[in-house]
Amino acid sequence: MKPAPFDYHVPDSLEKALDLLHEYGDQAKLLAGGQSLVPAMNFRVVQPSILIDLNRVGELGYIREEDSVLRIGAMTRERQLEFDPLIPRWSPLLEEAMPHVAHPQIRNRGTLGGSLANADPAAELPVIMLALGARLKARSASDERWIDAQDFFSGMFTTDLAPDEILVEIELPANPPRTGWSFMEVAPRAGDYALMGVAALVTLDENGVCRQARLVYLNAGDGPVDANDAAAILKGQVPGDDVIESAADSASQTEINPFGNVHTSPEFQRHLANVLTKKALKQAVKRASEDNLQ
Amino acid sequence: MTQLHPVALKVNGIPYKREVESRLLLSDFLRHELGLTGTHVGCEHGVCGACTILFDGQSMRSCLIFAVQANGHSIMTVEGLASSHSGRPEEGLHPLQQAFWEAHGLQCGYCTPGILMTMIPFLEQNPSPTEDEIRHALSGNLCRCTGYQHIVDAVKLAAEKMR
Repeated sequence: MKPAPFDYHVPDSLEKALDLLHEYGDQAKLLAGGQSLVPAMNFRVVQPSILIDLNRVGELGYIREEDSVLRIGAMTRERQLEFDPLIPRWSPLLEEAMPHVAHPQIRNRGTLGGSLANADPAAELPVIMLALGARLKARSASDERWIDAQDFFSGMFTTDLAPDEILVEIELPANPPRTGWSFMEVAPRAGDYALMGVAALVTLDENGVCRQARLVYLNAGDGPVDANDAAAILKGQVPGDDVIESAADSASQTEINPFGNVHTSPEFQRHLANVLTKKALKQAVKRASEDNLQ
Repeated sequence: MTQLHPVALKVNGIPYKREVESRLLLSDFLRHELGLTGTHVGCEHGVCGACTILFDGQSMRSCLIFAVQANGHSIMTVEGLASSHSGRPEEGLHPLQQAFWEAHGLQCGYCTPGILMTMIPFLEQNPSPTEDEIRHALSGNLCRCTGYQHIVDAVKLAAEKMR
């Protein structure tokens, strides 16, 4: 229950962090909030020989509006996402999900970038970023590139990041008008890993016809699971009960692939996905009709 | 020989300087280097909340922070609670501690320091919490004795005392 020895580096700028990562490559692990990495190190499941601590790279902690996007630094604490007044204005879906992200003590330390780079299929933030169509900026010592959220998560605890890249920024687009949202999950206790969870976004036109929909699930496969077929069922329809039921059936029966765990069977997870999808879609449609967004 | 890193930090207002191995957890630093054994170690993987301390005023799990990361920061542990209230620990308990005493908010006491350190910033930000809010705020702290009811009662009583 104590970590194995490691060499510790604590750069005070992004440039220095990138140089260190360039030098050590996959020998090194980046330490963000440490709320998943440190437990894994305590268990000695992970034994990096070198740890590069990003907690003194102050330039990676910010939330700011720019043109038509919201930019969030990768080292922004989850607590800041929970309380910053820009978040409800830009993304009420993210606002709604934040209290479900672990416990207050974890959110005080954990970071957005850390959660995304960790890519836990049971985590909320990867699901939210995929649902919102976020773009993620990766930097290396020599290069920078943007990665769409849907290309970023490549499997269980695996991302598209190269060993010499650092996730530095998350860019959220503005929602179109008449977009409704909902995040729902079922967990044994508040803050625990959820058995099942769903993020729903629905955009309606003036006549109440669905123009765009997105349903993304947590703990439903080896990464955040995007139910495209369910979204296609909603598109072009007035989302009444029948349409919502078809979408929920598609997502829960054919599109997700839950594994079950000590708390739940895959069948129960599919049942939860079905129930949560119907509830979340109804709430999202209601909110879209009310046009609560600015 | 593992490299040692200098750490200078404040704990309960008192400055300390030590040299630590990088892998030393803040929870073990507080207990073994400084002798502040009020911070309890339960699970060491961030689930139980027994090791919760204040890191620059915010509740965090000290088993998920390396001691070297606390360099330059200000920590508060349960030992600092009484004096943080009156400036003089001999004058008695912090109202939160007093409320736990009066409402029987503990049995074995193992989880209590972590719960107290979680509730301090919670009650500062939310001086009149509902029972739901209290239970949500307590969700990251496990207690295996009480069934939580008396803990919730104690937090309610503390909120009254501290308003």
